[in-house]
Amino acid sequence: MVAQRGTERVKRGMAEMQKGGVIMDVVNAEQAKIAEEAGATAVMALERVPSDIRKAGGVARMADPTIVEQVQNAVSIPVMAKARIGHIVEARVLEAMKVDYIDESEVLTPADDVFHIDKKAFTVPFVCGCRDLGEAARRIGEGAAMLRTKGEPGTGNIVEAVRHMRLVNSQVRKVVAMAPDELMVFAKELGAPYEILLQIREAGRLPVVNFAAGGVATPADAALMMELGADGVFVGSGIFKSENPAKFARSIVEATTYYQDYERIVELSKGLGTPMKGIDMSTLEPAERMQDRGI
Amino acid sequence: MSVKIGVLALQGAVSEHVRALELSGANVVTVKDVRDLDGVDGLVLPGGESTMMRRLMDRYGLFEAIKLFADQKPVFGTCAGLILMAKQIEGRQGPHLGLLDIDVKRNAFGKQVDSFEADLEIKGISESYNGVFIRAPYIKSAEENVDVLATFEGHIVACREGRFLACAFHPELTDDPAMHSYFVHMVEESI
Repeated sequence: MVAQRGTERVKRGMAEMQKGGVIMDVVNAEQAKIAEEAGATAVMALERVPSDIRKAGGVARMADPTIVEQVQNAVSIPVMAKARIGHIVEARVLEAMKVDYIDESEVLTPADDVFHIDKKAFTVPFVCGCRDLGEAARRIGEGAAMLRTKGEPGTGNIVEAVRHMRLVNSQVRKVVAMAPDELMVFAKELGAPYEILLQIREAGRLPVVNFAAGGVATPADAALMMELGADGVFVGSGIFKSENPAKFARSIVEATTYYQDYERIVELSKGLGTPMKGIDMSTLEPAERMQDRGI
Repeated sequence: MSVKIGVLALQGAVSEHVRALELSGANVVTVKDVRDLDGVDGLVLPGGESTMMRRLMDRYGLFEAIKLFADQKPVFGTCAGLILMAKQIEGRQGPHLGLLDIDVKRNAFGKQVDSFEADLEIKGISESYNGVFIRAPYIKSAEENVDVLATFEGHIVACREGRFLACAFHPELTDDPAMHSYFVHMVEESI
């Protein structure tokens, strides 16, 4: 009876346990407790939420380990943390701290503008962002055990997450319906590993869960992403940039579970105060678009 | 006629349980509200996050409804579901549903990097079963009326007490139908 750690099944299974849940960005122990109390299924420990990273500018890096440790000590739900794209050592540091999941994230400034981390080499599982099936399949090929839409982080604008979820799912449907001899050319067009597309075709679905992320600002936004086929939701700036974070967090959690119960979403949406202000995509300069990093 | 089994669907590995139960011949429904329990013969509490599930159970009356359900009908809990069923939980004041006479420790094997797969022998169910343990709990102790079905490294990881079945690992993440078939059989016998 030998225990095998860090297997694909154990890494992907951890994400399966998050399904139907909400993963919330937090910057300290107090916020982490509010998130857990509200029913978050995990928290993402950060130094700054994406909208503040946007405002601050400069280089955004892995959080100070002290913050991650404080969050780990404050809650019993899983704790995730972000490493820069391609930053092998930040990821190893987070693994050494025993975080439960690493987000190799475009929200931070990429450390490598060509390569992502070889995630298969790690025991800890990784989640990565994607905008289309090509990115999704490349990340799975590198060993990502969970996906999320990139959306456009820190904008409070759901339009990019919607675009990415719709595109990935329509491309999955296309792969599933494709004749075997068409698959290689589609793999070439997408820049996707052929074997991963083959797996998708056989299984009829992505081999890992795919959450919504990047721009979720209201309970209705969370429900919309579930309606479009998301397995769950990441909420970054939306919660702790709102007027009443605890109430907001509870409402987002319930709207995610009961996403087709519209009477309930009416009640959940009442009196939440002002959500985060939000940014229109057309006002973003190309350099400000986080989703174009690490593709 | 096949039995009707509900899977609590507030959050977690719901679709995997639905699939496994259907393959074992049950008619399966997902349970998000009290009314979804109508006509259900047995209930599965899936893996996921127990604190979240408890919060939503309290919010819309499911907690009391499931307790009433369990007074008469079989319940099967995996991982978080096992925690919901235990009468004692280390570090927590009071139980959730409190159905099983066991004392459990949450995240007992450690964090995600310590999650593992291991071959298990499950008494009366399987001689070789792939147990998938994810931030799993274990059962520190069980009263005499509880039948211990499996252990790993000296810790109890599966048990049955009358109409209640529970395990610390995730049978829904493997293709082996043994645990689900066993529960479907328990439900059939209960009618």
